[in-house]
Amino acid sequence: MSIIYVLLSISVLVAIVFFVAFIISVKRGQYDDTYTPSVRMLFEDELVKEEPLQQDKEENKVNSK
Amino acid sequence: MVNCFHCGDPCADTLIEHKEKSFCCHGCKTVFDILHDSDLGYYYDLDSNPGISPQEIEGKFDFLDNEGIVEKLLEFDNGTTQIASFLIPSIHCSSCIWVLENLNKLDKNVLSSQVNFPEKTVRITFSSEKTTLKKLVLLLSRIGYEPYISLENSEKKEKTVNRTLIYKLGVAGFAFGNVMFLSFPEYFEVEEFWLDQFKNMFRWLMFAFSVPVVFYSGRGYFTSAYKGLRSGILNIDVPIAIGIAVLFLRSTLEIVMDWGTGFFDSLTGLVFFLLLGKFFQQKTYSYLSFERDYKSYFPIAVTRLLKNKNGIVEEEQAEVYKIQKGDRLLIRNNELLPVDAILIKGKALIDYSFVTGEAEPVSKQSGDKLYAGGKQQNGVLEVEVLKPVEQSYLTQLWSNEVFSKDKTGIFQSLTDGISKRFTVAILSIAFISAIIWLVVDPSKAFNVFTAVLIVACPCAIALAAPFTLGNVLRIFGNNKFYLKEASIIEQMAKVDTVVFDKTGTLTTNRKNTITYEGIELSPTEQQLLTSTLRASNHPLSRSLYAILDKNNIQTLDEFEEEVGKGMSASAKNATIKVGSSAFVKENPKHFNTEDISEKQKKTTVHISSNEEYKGRYVFENEYREGVSELFEALRQNKEVIVLSGDNDGERERLESMLPKGTQLIFDQKPENKLDFIEKLQQSGKTVMMIGDGLNDAGALKQSDVGIVISENINVFSPACDGILDASVFKKLMPYIDFSHKGIKIIKWAFLLSLLYNLIGLTFAVTGHLKPVVAAILMPLSSISIVVFTTLATQYASRELRMDINKQN
Repeated sequence: MSIIYVLLSISVLVAIVFFVAFIISVKRGQYDDTYTPSVRMLFEDELVKEEPLQQDKEENKVNSK
Repeated sequence: MVNCFHCGDPCADTLIEHKEKSFCCHGCKTVFDILHDSDLGYYYDLDSNPGISPQEIEGKFDFLDNEGIVEKLLEFDNGTTQIASFLIPSIHCSSCIWVLENLNKLDKNVLSSQVNFPEKTVRITFSSEKTTLKKLVLLLSRIGYEPYISLENSEKKEKTVNRTLIYKLGVAGFAFGNVMFLSFPEYFEVEEFWLDQFKNMFRWLMFAFSVPVVFYSGRGYFTSAYKGLRSGILNIDVPIAIGIAVLFLRSTLEIVMDWGTGFFDSLTGLVFFLLLGKFFQQKTYSYLSFERDYKSYFPIAVTRLLKNKNGIVEEEQAEVYKIQKGDRLLIRNNELLPVDAILIKGKALIDYSFVTGEAEPVSKQSGDKLYAGGKQQNGVLEVEVLKPVEQSYLTQLWSNEVFSKDKTGIFQSLTDGISKRFTVAILSIAFISAIIWLVVDPSKAFNVFTAVLIVACPCAIALAAPFTLGNVLRIFGNNKFYLKEASIIEQMAKVDTVVFDKTGTLTTNRKNTITYEGIELSPTEQQLLTSTLRASNHPLSRSLYAILDKNNIQTLDEFEEEVGKGMSASAKNATIKVGSSAFVKENPKHFNTEDISEKQKKTTVHISSNEEYKGRYVFENEYREGVSELFEALRQNKEVIVLSGDNDGERERLESMLPKGTQLIFDQKPENKLDFIEKLQQSGKTVMMIGDGLNDAGALKQSDVGIVISENINVFSPACDGILDASVFKKLMPYIDFSHKGIKIIKWAFLLSLLYNLIGLTFAVTGHLKPVVAAILMPLSSISIVVFTTLATQYASRELRMDINKQN
């Protein structure tokens, strides 16, 4: 049953690792702005749309000539 | 009507068709072109009509040529790379975030830019070799995101975000979880073999986890209790501190003496829940600032005129703080004068509405004294400085002691009120039961004594107010009423006197009602009048011009404007005079001796045509909708006072509009307002001040609850306790009613938590308090208080929401 010492120390160690990670993330200001990242992550879609936009522009150029 | 593709405003006056899209002005079209040409068209796909129409910025940012100023704005500078943060009030949607974070497509020298949406700031890293801060600011302004740079920026202060509470909460939560986990086995089996083998290790681990909770997370309660005791107040933190200390000491004693497991689970849980309550009570609106003073309004730099050796006058952009007495300054149209000065050259038309509350701009002649905070409305001025910015008439107000003292913590909160009786009761119960047990069974006396103190620890009571007020705060916020902190709600419920400012608070900022009195003007006279008004820059001319028909504008043969008097013009043998009564009636043929409007101090513009007096336009302030109803409702149980910095020209109108007995006080300077509030408070009143401008700043600060009315919450308001959106101004009463309900809910929550305490005490007094009972009772009471207050406030807010929707 002395395995319980190992198990306990591992569990406490893991807990402490996460706790330290939490403290560091707070310290770096990761929780200061909780809104903008939620919007920012949706912006990736733009890459798909860029192609037709390029064409639009060229068409406009042709039209204006 | 078509709406602008860029900004969404209706294209009323002008409509520009461009690339099959409609625009309301050239500014909007230009932004569209800039973005479209840089492949940033996605901007318009994210949100519909996201744009902001760019403002005229010609010369506005010239001060950024001054290296001293630029240096103060930079956060980081290593010679090649610079970082600067800008406050951009016009950030409002996801398109804004997107375009600002893609600035490098517009300017290759931008290395990265990051938006903080709640704070409405953008932090830009750029290479300073090929671009400058000024170019960047101009770029931002050109696409409609004009940074707001004020005197406040020149004080480089370290951004200290106070995250202590989060750390404390983190430590407590971490320990709570682990201690719960470690104490779980002993809840059910005490005599089990393996458990017995390892119990010491489990217990000392729990002890180790509890130490930082008591000495770090719980430290605030000990210091607060100590401070309270020293000033003779039994605040709620006293029984809490006793509870924490007793829990810790008894638990330690138990494991040392091997009596039992101790109450480490309850201890950590208690601190965790208490801190959670504190955390919930803090709701910050990071894009609003409640601490602003004149520095947020004043420019960072001003144009100084310097004579060089050859006697030639040169313009220089100088920092406002470096302006000395005797310096010559150049103030352009729409610029704010940051110092007290004497007018040397130019036609001054100064708008003091923000500083003094006077509704109309005043004309000044050269030699007149101008005060800091006025905004020039008419061309360029040259002035000589009398007093530097810190000593000016306006900024002196901030040296009043009211601005240095902290308002919070002075008044006794509801919780503190109950905690006094509570603490006394608990201590007496603890001692009495200990004495009884000493007689009956001395071995149990210590246990009972400590158990009473443990179980009576007023966790639930301490949570009742934070959660109720926190909820009310959020409900207010959702309904456009933003409070600085939760304790304001308790103050609001106590208010018995409401003081209103007039200009900008009871009246709207923009609209004027204009009525014509006199002989009707013929069409030709009308034409001549509009043409004359068109030529003038005076605000009154402009607002009058805006309401008149603009047909057949003719070219004037002659036009002359006399500052502060009026103007005369002629075209096709017809002459017209527009202006003050004295100016228009200079050589009158038709003389009107009795001029009532002059006596009433109303704002009027008189008209004479061909030397014949025709009549006058009377300008009246437009009052906000529902002012009468609001005053009527407030009058039911409160004293209502109007405190205005303006003259008493509107007295009669106000008297007819407001319920009888409303006190009206006029011609109040900012410091008079402050004194007036102070006197009210000395006579035992709890005062709510409702204002809008810098002239109310002292009164707002002095009052128990200072509320600012704001047409646009993105525009800055002076230091206050709360910001009320102007659109919900007339609904002030439901908000006050709701604060009363909040207090009622807190009282019910107190009752509920006392019930839990009674149950706990019966266990404690009879000597049956086992750790598992405490471990169940403590979280149960806390959670049920949280649930009760949340449900109750939500239920109560239904009525508030109904009130608000009904009136919409």
